[in-house]
Amino acid sequence: MKILVPVKRAVDYNVKIRVKPDQSGIDLANVKMSMNPFDEIAIEEATRLKEAGKAAEIVVVTIGSDKAQDVLRTAMAIGADRGILVQTDAPTDLGGVEPLAVAKTLKALIDQEKPDLVIMGKQSIDDDSNQTGQMLSALLGWPQGTFASKIELTGGKINVTREVDGGLETLSLSLPAVITTDLRLNEPRYASLPNIMKAKKKDLAIMKPEDLGVSYTPRLKILKVEEPPKRTGGGKVASVDELIDKLKNEAKVI
Amino acid sequence: MTVLVIAEHDQKTLKPATLNTITAARKIDSDVHVLILGHGVSAVTAEAAQIHGIMKVITADDPSLAYGLAENAAPAIVSLAGTYSHLLAPATTFGKNVMPRVSALLDTQQISDIVSVIDANTFVRPVYAGNALATVQSSDAKKVITVRTTAFDPVNAQGGQPACETIAAKGDSGLSAFVSAEVSKSDRPELTAAKIVVSGGRGMGSGENFKIIEALADKLGAAVGASRAAVDAGFVPNDYQVGQTGKVVAPQLYIAVGISGAIQHLAGMKGSKIIVAINKDPEAPIFQVADYGLVGDLFQILPELTGKI
Repeated sequence: MKILVPVKRAVDYNVKIRVKPDQSGIDLANVKMSMNPFDEIAIEEATRLKEAGKAAEIVVVTIGSDKAQDVLRTAMAIGADRGILVQTDAPTDLGGVEPLAVAKTLKALIDQEKPDLVIMGKQSIDDDSNQTGQMLSALLGWPQGTFASKIELTGGKINVTREVDGGLETLSLSLPAVITTDLRLNEPRYASLPNIMKAKKKDLAIMKPEDLGVSYTPRLKILKVEEPPKRTGGGKVASVDELIDKLKNEAKVI
Repeated sequence: MTVLVIAEHDQKTLKPATLNTITAARKIDSDVHVLILGHGVSAVTAEAAQIHGIMKVITADDPSLAYGLAENAAPAIVSLAGTYSHLLAPATTFGKNVMPRVSALLDTQQISDIVSVIDANTFVRPVYAGNALATVQSSDAKKVITVRTTAFDPVNAQGGQPACETIAAKGDSGLSAFVSAEVSKSDRPELTAAKIVVSGGRGMGSGENFKIIEALADKLGAAVGASRAAVDAGFVPNDYQVGQTGKVVAPQLYIAVGISGAIQHLAGMKGSKIIVAINKDPEAPIFQVADYGLVGDLFQILPELTGKI
């Protein structure tokens, strides 16, 4: 089995972001960037399937600037066999490469690579759209197992346990399929130093969107990006009695 | 313009999220239709037929739609899409699962999780875990949208007289099948619709200790939530999680107990009207957003609060 894992370079999980003063977007200059956390879970899951002898090859793909090669190397240090960068200077967070365009790019690559399974993050923590996996499976005519907390390959099918509003739900999907990861699918490993060194020698191909017949002209125009209204928090009470009094007589919420 | 709202339901009852989504739809145009996809859903249709402010209820009742499978639901929605300018669903796990599939089939770029309607083409949506709000203008002829339900008041569930019609489903795709579900059963209000939410974090120490959260919640008629840390630690099931990628809540009162206040948790609750934080660490970031912070041992404070409230 061949697994394709799309990943994204996004602002690091722990960074407190700043809106640009001209409201055109988020200031990403000199900000720590990392692999989107949900994508780390995807590459970890693919790696575990390979280690269990259920997958033969893992191909990792990203779309972005030359700097996005970093996340491909990280994925290869965890377990991917080779990487593909679809190189573009368009922004990948807002007002540039949008989920539908990403899905079309991945569809074109999948038509060439013919994987049996795609595992990818359910959303990226920059634009928070939560769309690409579902769009990709629609374009391919494949089933989708979104928000997965457990997957199991059984007799040519894949059972996917999904985190849904009411609890958990398990579906059986035919293959090929697209899986999107939720937080509790696994806990990604840290790449070891020898594996980081080995990853530097793995094959990394660079393509252009034109090679795949896709365009990154956005459909959504970003008119402005603002900070949300600030909460005036920081109030303290000294005792349970004072808290109850404030909730009853000041806030009037109980 | 006519706007189609995909109803949220559990095959038996209509979920309140539908009513909030209709409010968002009515800000685009007053001609709003509601689509119910399911199997054996006559009770849901009967409920929808009472909703104030909608013109039509359309029902597709078919075994292939019994479990909300995206592979079956999306073609049914797409088959209706021709006459609508906008297709809206609540940003629940059902809406998040199905709508991008619809969007791709219609070759339109979905707008996720809107919190405001500026005009028929322009919407506001949170990005970066709610640390920024983006105003986006769509150039697509047809808009596919998911709605953050806490940002819109519900329409009245009663008093309407919409027309009702049925349509045929598109059948089973053969791609996916329902196997099983583990549904959390609770007599407490639904987390995303509750007026009061009491949430516990890592500071609770164990699932057993959540009993003191539940006792307070039951005294207040509140829902119970949790931080990611508490869910990851196995204290409570996943559907309790409040945060950027869990449930977004905006109750009148949010009581955060033993929760430090990671950015990702704040993204899910900072729209609450009043926030109370109870934590032993006076430096915990949760206090920066709390209206009333109480520093101390939650195992003493919570029983006292439950007893006195």
